[in-house]
Amino acid sequence: MAENNRKLDDDTSRAPVSQRGHTVARVADTADIGALVSVNIDGQDVKVPMGTTILEAARRIGVRIPTLCWHEDLCIAGVCRVCVVEIEGQRTLQASCAYPITAPLKVKTHTRKVRQARRHIIDLMLSEHYGECYSCARNNNCQLQALAQEYGVDFFRFGHPAAPRHEMDLSSHSVLRDMNKCVLCRRCVRTCIDLQEVGVLEAVGRGDQTRIATFMDKPLKDVICINCGQCINRCPTGALRANDPTDEVWAAIDDPNKHVIIQTAPAPRAAIGECFDLEPGHALTFEMNTALRLCGFDKVFDTNFSADLTIIEEGTELILRLYKALVEQDKSVALPQFTSCSPGWVKYLEHFYPEYIPNVSSAKSPQQMFGAVIKTYYAKLSGIDPKDIVTVALMPCSAKKFECNRPEMCDSGFKDIDYGLTTRELAKMIREAGVDLPRMPKSDFDDPFGTATGSGVIFGATGGVMEAALRTVIEIVTGLKVENVFANADITPVRGFDGVRVVEIKVPQSGPVPAMFKHLVKDWKWLEGATLKVAIAHGTANAKKVMENIKSGGELAQCHFIEFMGCPGGCLGGGGQPIPTSPEIRAARARAIYSEDQAYAVRKSHENPAVLKLYKEFLTDGPCGHLSHKLLHTHYTPRGKYIA
Amino acid sequence: MNEPIVNLATFAAMSPDAGLRAALQKSRADIIGEISASGIKGRGGAGFPVGVKWNLCAATRGTQKYVVCNADEGEPGTFKDRAILRAHANLVFEGMTIGAFAVGAREGILYLRAEYTYLRPELEAVLAKRRAAKFLGENVCGKQGFNFDIRIQLGAGAYVCGEETALIESLEGHRGEPRNRPPFPVDTGFLGRPTVVNNVETLAWVACILQKGGAWFKTTGTDKSTGLKILSISGDCARPGVYEFPFGVTVAKLLETVGAPDAKAVQIGGASGHCLPSSEFGRAIAYEDAATGGSIIVFGQQRDMLEVAANFLEFFVEESCGQCTPCRIGNARLREGVELLSEGRCSMRYLQELCALGETMQAASKCGLGQSSPNAFLSIVKHFKDEIMGRVSVASH
Ligand SMILES: Cc1cc2nc3c(=O)[nH]c(=O)nc-3n(C[C@H](O)[C@H](O)[C@H](O)COP(=O)(O)O)c2cc1C
Ligand code: SF4
Repeated sequence: MAENNRKLDDDTSRAPVSQRGHTVARVADTADIGALVSVNIDGQDVKVPMGTTILEAARRIGVRIPTLCWHEDLCIAGVCRVCVVEIEGQRTLQASCAYPITAPLKVKTHTRKVRQARRHIIDLMLSEHYGECYSCARNNNCQLQALAQEYGVDFFRFGHPAAPRHEMDLSSHSVLRDMNKCVLCRRCVRTCIDLQEVGVLEAVGRGDQTRIATFMDKPLKDVICINCGQCINRCPTGALRANDPTDEVWAAIDDPNKHVIIQTAPAPRAAIGECFDLEPGHALTFEMNTALRLCGFDKVFDTNFSADLTIIEEGTELILRLYKALVEQDKSVALPQFTSCSPGWVKYLEHFYPEYIPNVSSAKSPQQMFGAVIKTYYAKLSGIDPKDIVTVALMPCSAKKFECNRPEMCDSGFKDIDYGLTTRELAKMIREAGVDLPRMPKSDFDDPFGTATGSGVIFGATGGVMEAALRTVIEIVTGLKVENVFANADITPVRGFDGVRVVEIKVPQSGPVPAMFKHLVKDWKWLEGATLKVAIAHGTANAKKVMENIKSGGELAQCHFIEFMGCPGGCLGGGGQPIPTSPEIRAARARAIYSEDQAYAVRKSHENPAVLKLYKEFLTDGPCGHLSHKLLHTHYTPRGKYIA
Repeated sequence: MNEPIVNLATFAAMSPDAGLRAALQKSRADIIGEISASGIKGRGGAGFPVGVKWNLCAATRGTQKYVVCNADEGEPGTFKDRAILRAHANLVFEGMTIGAFAVGAREGILYLRAEYTYLRPELEAVLAKRRAAKFLGENVCGKQGFNFDIRIQLGAGAYVCGEETALIESLEGHRGEPRNRPPFPVDTGFLGRPTVVNNVETLAWVACILQKGGAWFKTTGTDKSTGLKILSISGDCARPGVYEFPFGVTVAKLLETVGAPDAKAVQIGGASGHCLPSSEFGRAIAYEDAATGGSIIVFGQQRDMLEVAANFLEFFVEESCGQCTPCRIGNARLREGVELLSEGRCSMRYLQELCALGETMQAASKCGLGQSSPNAFLSIVKHFKDEIMGRVSVASH
């Protein structure tokens, strides 16, 4: 079976040069690329590749230089000046994060001058930072607070603001902004324009009037914010936070007349341990189930169930599109089909590429499918009035909060999902309930949706939806076992963290049409010998690359199916995940997710017994049938990128 | 008021485009050699040796390079670039053309401050004439393969855009904010390409040097500050204007020339410069002594020096680009401190704290703006102690 892996690397960024790419000096002579240069830091000699920054060089030898505006995922700003160091022979101090070493240097990182400057800089930031640590969402996880402590700030040398200067923007379902706590490190700006290439936030004004603002100071809900929350994950203070519904969730739990159900997505379980001081990469799936029950949730369901359901619906939709396009030669069919499970990506598309809405699968995301099924099928099954059911979704995501509040997401006759809770917010609830999560005994998910598959769990990583879909499509169409095609059913070409991955898979034979799909297609002969071309992109900057390629009629226009995730790394890097984030942290979470997959007995969505039962008992006209269309599918809103 | 005095005698004595013609007969290395021999340093404020800058740019690879003339002239108290552009634009464009030939650039940009928009038509007319006379365009002056033209781009009114990397950001259509350096513009400048940025006056002198020779240039000035300097002198004096002086001239001599026998203080180098009391009027205008990009402001006996400091700080609070912490917040705190002083509510201890803060701003700010913004305040506190200390709060806390 042919596999093909290609990358795209055309530059589509809209960010200014100063905010784009990693700003390191071009080495004067190309022959010097990769050459080593020696630097002396605090008396220690170290050899580093040309262009390495002083900060990176220092870290290599265990010299800790404090930083604030620097972030591993972002281009270099060099604006907070906390990381200044002294370089022999230079009059002024230099920001070590922004200083590339291209010649031998002698650096001192904690002279009196440096310490005084750092202390002053922290004092200056505190003189503008309004807010009490006690009442801050980031209390104990704030880089400004940590710096103040590290540098022994014992009084407000240059004063402390007595009153707020800015009104908070609480308009968004997902991201709340309190500019009184902003230290203008511009990580959010760089996240939005450079990492995500959305461009909602920018510095406006000059001098002491400088602030981070949206276009024309419009509320976040009215601009092109895609709610991905990546800015929250990179904000060093509490200036950005998610719209937190824990009070409402507690109220529902406390109400004896409410039946409160929580579904938990795959990515939070792989990360929540980080909120309890565990190293990244420890999955706490079953400990979390126990903790959730202790918190008072009546039922704990696994979103993996509806992830499997999504695969069936979305896969069926893809097969139908392909059939129409290939067999019926229907030119109006929109291909490639795009995934719809990442609400950040969906809103990005609605703003930037509304003309491609027909390409997005009409299948709802797993979160929303689950809500619709709970308030119909489960309500009937359990004999509980759906108006008394409160559905909470534990998600790694801030955009999921917006998604559950979309007006079209009420197909059960009620709000399908009442509250979206992030990993961070749940950690807070668990702590408030006095539960020591890592020490909890393990317990299983509740029936009737308890049985999930490994395919559901890998939805949490970039490439996971594609892998799950391929496992199912390959088996259904060829009649072969995936294990016989890909060792251990691991479709590794779609995995990894490359921004855009393209994979081609040849359909070697066709098998019998399973009963579930008999009403849709007669046979698979038309797919025999065909090459299925798929692509995966994570982070909207990469999504943009793919979309621009498609728009210009590039190779990706020939794809059949493309998985898009709004956040770098996929859900495991979502805007609701524990702070901080970095490439290593996301890689550790991915390892946790893939090892969970290995642990499942059933690893293919179409073999999930609970899903099969649902079609047998409830969605009796099958995948993409009438009822499933009513409950499990939706439509999208062309928004455009120009704001009224 | 009388018309301000403008004395640009040396520029006026030059023969048009003789420098350019001479340059085109030389090799690029020889041109840069001549510039280096003259010892000329940048006239825009930072005083970087022009020969070194050009050499760095000439040594870079790539065919797309730029020469930018910095006509943002935003430093309070300077108006000499405006005078030069009005009277001797040809000399400036000639200097840009010589620079382009020397470093291998094909495009020149004059970055003109927004307030000088009214100069644009006459500058465009000069450019048109130069094109017609083959001093710009394809094969300049018949030099095969040397293609070069100049366009004018207007600023948008920010002082910081005079800083060369902010200027480049602004040229690219972005918010005018200084970049991290290194890399420097000579290597990674406009659109990421090697770029030479020089002040208006610098480029005019370059044309003179190519006409008269580096040795001629060195006959005036000091060892470390060769040549003549155009100064704009204003404030409490009888004859404000634009003057030509050899480097090394004393402040006292300047005051005598402009008619300010009883000055209390002189601000050398504009808002970002230093304030000298009368006891220091013997100091020389030179890079190694009292350095200035061209601004000299005279303060008479009646001036309140604290008000002077407040005024300059007000300027920086507004003109900081707002990017880095020491400059953005530091200037605001200094200004508040001056306010406290003037109200008699600043303790000795807090004044010391503010002076230390000033040193941090000088050392840790990202660009020259923040690094020089506390200069005026610090020098006023140092030299006018009595006037300042009289206001320190006695109820020390
Ligand atoms: C805040 C700030 C403002 C500046 N403004 C100007 C200006 O208006 N004109 C100018 O020629 N140089 C200005 N400079 C200096 C430039 O950065 C740069 O050094 C100069 O244009 C180089 O030309 P020169 O070497 O010919 O002087 C400024 C520097 C700073 C830090
Ligand atoms: S020193 Fe001031 S003007 Fe310069 S980068 Fe910092 S904030 Fe901007």
